[in-house]
Amino acid sequence: MAYSIKDMVNKKARFVSGHRMCAGCGAPPIVRTVLRTLKEDDNALITSATGCLEVSSCIYPYTSWGNASFIHSAFENAGATISGASAAYTALKRRGKISKNTKFIAFGGDGGTLDIGFQALSGAMERGHDITYVCYDNGGYMNTGTQRSSSTPHFADTTTTPAGSKIPGKVQMRKDLTEIMAKHNIPYVAQTAAIGNQKDLYEKAEKAIYTEGPTYMSVLSPCPRGWGYPTDDLLLMNKLAVDTCFWPLYEIENGVYRITYKPAKKLPVEEFLKMQKRFKHLFKEENRWMIDQLQTEVDKKWDYLLKQEEFTNSLNK
Amino acid sequence: MAIRERLSGNEAVATAMKQINPDTVAAYPITPATEIPQYFANFVSNGSVTTEFIPVESEHSAMSACIGASAAGARVMTATSSQGLAYMFETLYIASGLRLPIVLVNVNRALSAPINIHNDHSDSMGARDAGFIQLYCESNQEAYDNTIMAVKIAEKAKLPVMVCYDGFITSHSIENIMLMENEEVKNFVGEYNPEEYLLDDKRNISIGPLSLQNSYFEQRKEIADAMVDSKEIIKEVSEEFYKLTGRKHGLYEKYMLDDAELGIIVLNSTAGTAKEAIDVLRSKGVKAGLLKPRCFRPLPYLEISEEVKNLKVLAIMDKADSVNGYSGPLFSEITSAMYTSNVKVPTVNYIYGLGGRDVKIDNIFEVFSDLETIAKTGKITTLTNYLGLRGE
Repeated sequence: MAYSIKDMVNKKARFVSGHRMCAGCGAPPIVRTVLRTLKEDDNALITSATGCLEVSSCIYPYTSWGNASFIHSAFENAGATISGASAAYTALKRRGKISKNTKFIAFGGDGGTLDIGFQALSGAMERGHDITYVCYDNGGYMNTGTQRSSSTPHFADTTTTPAGSKIPGKVQMRKDLTEIMAKHNIPYVAQTAAIGNQKDLYEKAEKAIYTEGPTYMSVLSPCPRGWGYPTDDLLLMNKLAVDTCFWPLYEIENGVYRITYKPAKKLPVEEFLKMQKRFKHLFKEENRWMIDQLQTEVDKKWDYLLKQEEFTNSLNK
Repeated sequence: MAIRERLSGNEAVATAMKQINPDTVAAYPITPATEIPQYFANFVSNGSVTTEFIPVESEHSAMSACIGASAAGARVMTATSSQGLAYMFETLYIASGLRLPIVLVNVNRALSAPINIHNDHSDSMGARDAGFIQLYCESNQEAYDNTIMAVKIAEKAKLPVMVCYDGFITSHSIENIMLMENEEVKNFVGEYNPEEYLLDDKRNISIGPLSLQNSYFEQRKEIADAMVDSKEIIKEVSEEFYKLTGRKHGLYEKYMLDDAELGIIVLNSTAGTAKEAIDVLRSKGVKAGLLKPRCFRPLPYLEISEEVKNLKVLAIMDKADSVNGYSGPLFSEITSAMYTSNVKVPTVNYIYGLGGRDVKIDNIFEVFSDLETIAKTGKITTLTNYLGLRGE
């Protein structure tokens, strides 16, 4: 059936109102959309790494996790927690103690995924559990007040990489976890963002959840506080990240790359950067080279993806 | 009908795990516990258990996977040692905080640095405040028995249980052992039917919320209460086990203690050496005796104080050092218990056997000889002694 946003928003909600995420945060719409891909009768067992999503969605005695079971354990162990739950499911089903069909989904921010949770995630993916891991990537430790993570973009101003007179923000490039996950030889890896009518995010989430085996998704999750944009510009941030190819939308299915969105007009990365306080210092005359360098990096990655798409598709012919 | 066997401590525990046939086991190799997941992986591969075995990429993930599985509704077990337990540290508190009845077999080994694979109790003593019930074992038989009882104790107390026995000394030594029939173990542990779990077909739940100033304290108090209450549960389960097997396990074991004048308190395998020493001393007319705690968490502080109150002098032996400028952990806790029970017995501390330093019967004689001197002179020259150091 063709995707329709109207049908989508009428599906059973599993992440319900009452949570305390900030206005203009990218994570709640991501979580809601991902969970709306679940079939009506399927249940979900969800875990979240410690972070904004976790501390804002389940504050005793309340929970925003409706029509799903939820567990939070720690910061770095979402991959291992969901592995254990999934193994329990297999055992209890085999022993006839439970009957419902349940899907296993872990959420983590980029800190809990690319940094501290990297080992547990890698182990879980390698072992082949039937799980989906969703990283909502806002490019920093936003819950503790915008510290740098390995996902923080090059040159960004954070509280642990402050743009100073000697060091102009974060000096390292982003870790590319989407590519690293693909090298785990798992059946499905996707990079997406909640743009437009959410079709890209929805279709990838559905594929990830309903592909047997371990699957991984990186979802861009703008953060008004950490990035410095007005809260009503959330969708614009997503759109600009994608249209500048700062955040390419693509998927890797059994090793084959497919770019799911190719902007008709690829905008200069500057258009994305200039909207955000964290890149403000790049627009000083003497820092122009940083914008140029970021553009080079973006172009290089985009070119790499185009070639990967061509190459991996040729292998399968 | 009991089965007579000859097994190493790790084999005995793996056999217990096979008979328990838990839903999920998650474990990571570490000397000297490694054999347990090895044996268990064989049971899985050969179909003698129907457990889901997760060969995780670290001990942190071993306990994390156990937490996920246990919260999901599974009966869960794991095994580790030393650095592995230390690496789990954060998640141990989560296991107890979420009231998950996970059974962890800890084969006691020294902690780095320097790295050392041999036995002492630094690992489990380091985790003594993690909210795990801790059961200590002198022999392979006790390791086997406690592993089986641990499942039932954990599920009744809704607290995780750590079964501790000495690396190599117990884990790798082969001893005669009496095994239960498979059916007996199955019936003893029974079906696990948790009250609340994530995969309950009837309802969804959320576990592990953020709990703030208005609720965290009460929730922690419930854990403290559960630990207090677990003492009676341990007694009940042990009594049931005794009726089934004829093997009696209390909160602690006494050996020649009732009329003793010189007493020692020691955990695990060294208690066996101490019993030998006591036999020799008794034959010479020395009134020596032993108390071996089985249960360190919860600490039977009233009972132990009562048992030692008539001694002339007491030595508390620690196979771990708190490095606190004072004493080992067992000494600190038991002397504190004695003080609050108004038991005034001169008591000294011996730190011994760190990193697997052999503890011989002569070392135990040395302790009793010191105790005799203290009993005669009424004078303690050194409160915290290091037993068996080279050059002494």
